[in-house]
Amino acid sequence: MQAAIEIRNLGKQYKLAAAEPYIALRDIISGTVKNMFRHRQQQDDKFWALRDINLDIQPGERVGIIGRNGAGKSTLLKIISRIIPPTTGEATIRGRVGSLLEVGTGFHPELTGRENIYLNGSILGLKKADINRQLDAIIDFSGVSKFIDTPLKHYSSGMQMRLAFAVASHLESEILLIDEVLAVGDLEFQKKCVQKMEELSTGQGRTVVFVSHNLDSIRNFCQHCILLHEGQVINKGETGMIINQYVSAHLNTLSEKNWEKGLVSENNEVSLRKIWVHNQLGESCARFDTTEKIGITAEYEVREDHLKFSHGLNIYNQEQVNVFNAHDTKDIMEQGKKEKGLYRVTVWIPGNLLPEGLFDTGFALFNPQPLDILVHDQRALTFEVYTDFNKPSARGRYAEHFPGIVRPLLDWELNKTS
Amino acid sequence: MSSFIYYIKPPGRFTAGLKELWQYRELFYFFTWRDIKVRYKQTSLGILWALIQPLAMMALFTLLFSKGWSINTGALPYPIFVLSGLILWGLFHSAVSHASESIIQHSAIIRKIYFPRLIIPGSAVLVAFFDFIMGFLAFLIFCIIYQQSFSWQAMILFPAGILLVLITATGAGILLAGLTAKYRDFRYTVPFLLQFLFFATQVIYPIHQIRQPWLKTILSFNPVSASIELFRAPLFHTALDWTLVLQGTAVSIVLLFTGIYFFRKTEVYFADLA
Repeated sequence: MQAAIEIRNLGKQYKLAAAEPYIALRDIISGTVKNMFRHRQQQDDKFWALRDINLDIQPGERVGIIGRNGAGKSTLLKIISRIIPPTTGEATIRGRVGSLLEVGTGFHPELTGRENIYLNGSILGLKKADINRQLDAIIDFSGVSKFIDTPLKHYSSGMQMRLAFAVASHLESEILLIDEVLAVGDLEFQKKCVQKMEELSTGQGRTVVFVSHNLDSIRNFCQHCILLHEGQVINKGETGMIINQYVSAHLNTLSEKNWEKGLVSENNEVSLRKIWVHNQLGESCARFDTTEKIGITAEYEVREDHLKFSHGLNIYNQEQVNVFNAHDTKDIMEQGKKEKGLYRVTVWIPGNLLPEGLFDTGFALFNPQPLDILVHDQRALTFEVYTDFNKPSARGRYAEHFPGIVRPLLDWELNKTS
Repeated sequence: MSSFIYYIKPPGRFTAGLKELWQYRELFYFFTWRDIKVRYKQTSLGILWALIQPLAMMALFTLLFSKGWSINTGALPYPIFVLSGLILWGLFHSAVSHASESIIQHSAIIRKIYFPRLIIPGSAVLVAFFDFIMGFLAFLIFCIIYQQSFSWQAMILFPAGILLVLITATGAGILLAGLTAKYRDFRYTVPFLLQFLFFATQVIYPIHQIRQPWLKTILSFNPVSASIELFRAPLFHTALDWTLVLQGTAVSIVLLFTGIYFFRKTEVYFADLA
C-alpha cells in the first residue's frame, strides 16, 4: 500500500535576524543603500528549523511526534498542512488533510454557537451539506446544546473549547494533524476526546499525526512515535521505546546539575556546587517507580565560620503545581552553626508519595527566622515517576488514568459490623 | 482511499489555482456571510449604513455643486448624476480598503489552517458588493423620484459598468492585500491612495468637462472612470466614449493579472509574515 504521507529530504530554513516578521520599506531602501557601499554582502544568520526529514506514514497509522521545544515539531506539522512552504525537499500527501493546529480557529464571538459551527466547519474544510447532516451529532457531542443559539461571547472558555473540538472531531478528512489540542478542557472532556480520536482512527482507518508535550496522551494514543531533535529525525519506532529514549536522553541532562564556579550567595558565605537525584543505593538515576524512595543530594561549600542556615526543597509537577515544600527543621535545632568546609546533604522523598509524571525540584539554603535566602534554584532538577505494576502501590491493578496530586498508600480497615 | 493527492514542494512555478478556488467555493460564501452578519449584529442601524454613506455624500455634493459652483451635467439632474458615481465609487472604495486589510486581519487563521488565501480578499470584495446592491436599489428609487428615464442599453451597460468596477476592485484589492501583508507601510498608503483616486475619478464631475487635454488623457486611463462612463451612458442617452472604456478595461485587466500574480507569489509566506 502507498504511504498516506511520504516525506523526502524536507527542510525549512528561517532567517534569524528579523526582529519583526514583516518588512518595512525603509529597511529595504536602507539595506540597498548600505549594500552599495559594501563590497561583500553580509552573511545573513540563517538556521534550519527542519533538515533532511524522510518519513513514511502509512494509512491508518497513529503517529506521535515528540521532542523538546524548538525541535521542529510544529514546523513539520505546518508544512504537512500546507500552511508554510518547505525550503527544500518535497512531500506527497494522499488523502484530504484536516489540521487541528488550534481548536476554534475562526470562531467569531458575535455569532451564535450554531453559526460558529458552520463557519468553523467550513474553514476546516467541511462542506455545508456535511455540516447540515452532522449538525445534531456535533451539538450533542459538544454538550452545550442549551446555549447553541447564544452568541459565543457569552460562553466560558471551556464551553468554547468543547464546541470547537466537537466540530473538529467530525471532520471527514482521511488524515488528521493534531497539535496539543487534547491538553485543554477538563479531564472528563479530554477523555471523551481521546476516545473520539481513537474511534476515528481505528474505526474509520484514519491516519493521525499527533504532536504533544504530554507523553501520557502520546503513549495512550499512538502506536508509533517520531523523535525530533534540532530539526532532525533522531528515531522512529514503537511508542514506548521512543518515549523511553527521549525521556532518558532528556532526563539525563536534567537529573544532575553542576555549577562550575558554584551558585554563590550574595555575601559570598556559601557556594552550591552540585546537586543530583539518585536511588536508595546512591546510584545517579532519573526514573523511579511510585513505590521507590527518591534521594536528592546537594554539595556545597561554607566559606565563613559559625554560619547558621537550613535546607529547603520544592517539588512541582508537570502542570507546575507546587506539590509540596519541605524544610530541614532538624538542622536548625540540633546542629545549628556550621564551620568552613565542604558539606553534603541528602534528603529522601518517601516512596508512595508522588504519582506518575515529571517533577521539577527546587533547592534552597536559607534562614527561616528572620527569613534570609542564601541561595535558591527554583528548577534545579527534573526526574520522572512511573508505575511498576509488579510492586504494591495505591494504584493496585487499576490501569486506567488515575488522577491526584499525591499517591499515598493508605491503610484500609475493614470490620464486619453485623 | 480517497483520490486526493497533494504535492508539497518549495515555492516554484506560478499557477492561478482556480481549480482549488472552486473546490473551496463555499468558504467564499461563509466569510462573506460572517462579515455581513457580524456587522448587522454589532450595529443598531445594520444594513442601513450601506445607504447612509452614499446618500449623505450625494446631499453634500448636490448642495455644493448644483447651485453654488456649477457643474454642467446637461439634462441629467445633478443628484442622479452624482449618486450614480458615488455608488460605483463606494463599491470600489470599500472593496479595495477591506481587501487590502484582510490578510492582516485574518493572520490568526492563516497561521493555523490552509485554504486558498485568495478567498480572503475575494470575500471582502463580495461584502462590498452586497452593500452596493443596497446603494443600487436606492439609486433606482431616486431615478423614479426624479422621473429619470434611461435607454434600453441600460440592460447591458449597467451590468457592464458594475462588472468592470468589480474586476478593477478585485485586482487592486488583491494586489494591495499582498503588498500590505509584505510591507506594512501600505496600511497607511491605501487610505491616501483611495482619497487621491476619488478626485481623479469622474464621480462628482464629468470627465468631458476637463479643460486641460493632457490631464484628460491621463485621467482617461482610470478604470473606475470607465465603469462610471458605462453606467452613466444610458442616463445621458449619449454614445459611449469608447476610448475611455477600452483604455479603462485594459488597465483593469492588467491590474487583475498583476494582482493575482503578485498575491500567488507572496501568499506562501503569509503564515511566516503575518
